[in-house]
Amino acid sequence: MNWEALSLSFKLSCYTVLFLIPLSVFAGRLLAFRQFKGKSWVEALIMVPLVLPPTVIGYYLLVGLGSQSFIGRWVEQIFGQQLVFHFSGLVIASMLVNIPFAVQPIQRAFETIPEDIRDAASCCGMSAWATFIKVEVPMVWPGILTAFVLCFSHVLGEFGVVLMLGGNIAGETKTISIAIYDSVQAFDFKAAGTMSLILLLFAISALAITTSLSRRIGGQNGRRTR
Amino acid sequence: MVVEPAELNCNIQQTSPIPLSASFHCRAGEVLAVVGPSGGGKTTLLRMIAGLSQPQLGQISCGESVWYDGKTNTLLSPQQRHIGYMPQHFGLFPNLTAEQNVIAGLDHIPKAERPSRALDWLERVNLHGLPDRLPANLSGGQRQRVALARALARQPKVLLLDEPFSAVDRETRERLYIELARLKSQLSIPVIMVTHDINEALLLADNMILISQGQMLQQGRPFDVLSHPHNESVARQMGLRNIFDGEIIEIDFERKITRIKMGEHIIVSDNVPNVKVGQTVRWVIPNQGIRYNSISRGRLCRSINKFDVIVESLLVMGESVRVIAAIAGISAKINTDIPAHLAAKLCLKVGLETTLALKSEQVHILAPE
Repeated sequence: MNWEALSLSFKLSCYTVLFLIPLSVFAGRLLAFRQFKGKSWVEALIMVPLVLPPTVIGYYLLVGLGSQSFIGRWVEQIFGQQLVFHFSGLVIASMLVNIPFAVQPIQRAFETIPEDIRDAASCCGMSAWATFIKVEVPMVWPGILTAFVLCFSHVLGEFGVVLMLGGNIAGETKTISIAIYDSVQAFDFKAAGTMSLILLLFAISALAITTSLSRRIGGQNGRRTR
Repeated sequence: MVVEPAELNCNIQQTSPIPLSASFHCRAGEVLAVVGPSGGGKTTLLRMIAGLSQPQLGQISCGESVWYDGKTNTLLSPQQRHIGYMPQHFGLFPNLTAEQNVIAGLDHIPKAERPSRALDWLERVNLHGLPDRLPANLSGGQRQRVALARALARQPKVLLLDEPFSAVDRETRERLYIELARLKSQLSIPVIMVTHDINEALLLADNMILISQGQMLQQGRPFDVLSHPHNESVARQMGLRNIFDGEIIEIDFERKITRIKMGEHIIVSDNVPNVKVGQTVRWVIPNQGIRYNSISRGRLCRSINKFDVIVESLLVMGESVRVIAAIAGISAKINTDIPAHLAAKLCLKVGLETTLALKSEQVHILAPE
């Protein structure tokens, strides 16, 4: 059992959802309520990580964030640290790969808010911010929760992109998925089995809790749970 | 905040995305019904008054305050207009209780006063003992009352109601009509009510405007619009079915009588429109202007417009019966809705030959379109 890899995976998941979910709430709300030119293209772009093989995404990120790239050079100049084969690079990669898992449920949740309710909030004198905090957030909680769980679980199990961008550096980029792969390569099936079981139990528990909470919140809001 | 009663003036012109043209005013204490078919622009108009969407041109003002002016690019937000708005599906916040929903509209008074004011308004709309319920646990009628309490609790300058009775059952609707009629006498602000039901306008409104395909067809008192539609489009929108062709044969300005020839029949109208003798016109008779002979046993009404008819069909529609009868001598048919008990009393049946009369004061000659 590689506790260091497990801990690194949890750390990576935490950082990813911490940065990605607030951005996704903003993006999901924008996509749900605003009509603008090129919206279909933006929505398609968000979905790309779902259909591209992880190794392809990993390759492009390696090229795009590497020390030969503009971004890579710029980050290295400012922070003195390259993004590839480093934990910070993994966080950026995980955020990019998980955009559809975060934005989609949140956008759908915002779309279910009836126009009547938002109109009523404006006519009650509420500002846009007050409407967001007092009316919209309580209604889209199930969507945000779903996005949170999906992203967290997905980052825990991420393999292809992590391997391509981060390699296999213990304590830095060696996540639990890579540790399982390493264990199998080394015929250590006991360790691989234990780590796999932990991921399996986590996935089932997270989904069960999400479903239950969504139903409870959805019931409180007087509508069916998504 | 004490709101001074003020008149709402509205003049809106728009060609896209939805063509809309309307100009009207609504005095304080008056209920103005905006009537028309679905998709005609009623809700768009209401949203423009609320500040939820912006017209292309025109002016909306309430008293001295200009809410929108296309020429000076003045546009106040819904928050700045301080209105009471009840959307079609009430727009209650599902995560807040009935009391909290009303409190949400009370941003204009100190926080400490809000709970008592909210409870007071819930009492005023006859919603007793349910302040802690979530909207999901309220019936349609109760939800409607919470929304009305929330809109009124703001002490708005204008009250806007979008199809306020469309989402409740018939029994609840009847009860709510009475409650709104009672509240109406207590309100001293302009009330604008969107509805597609002409009967609601007749019951509750002081004035109405008729809107179809974004155009304002007519405005006036609901009964006047119903009995004196400007043209055939208005007559059809008002649900008038008995529209006939005729030729003007005499206009007596002294007695204020117009005679119309329809086939071999001569129709007398107490209206003298701007038409000439010999002109072909369309004329209309509303349901309340038609009397079947046996109703008052020969003492029908003072009208001389009597026809022999043959009953062609009887269609029972709830508590009324739609009678379609062929007028003898011509191919025209006349539709009448009469109470079911009266139809039974008259022994109306298919094939029955009888007589009906048209009240001359209800015979209205339509202006050509």
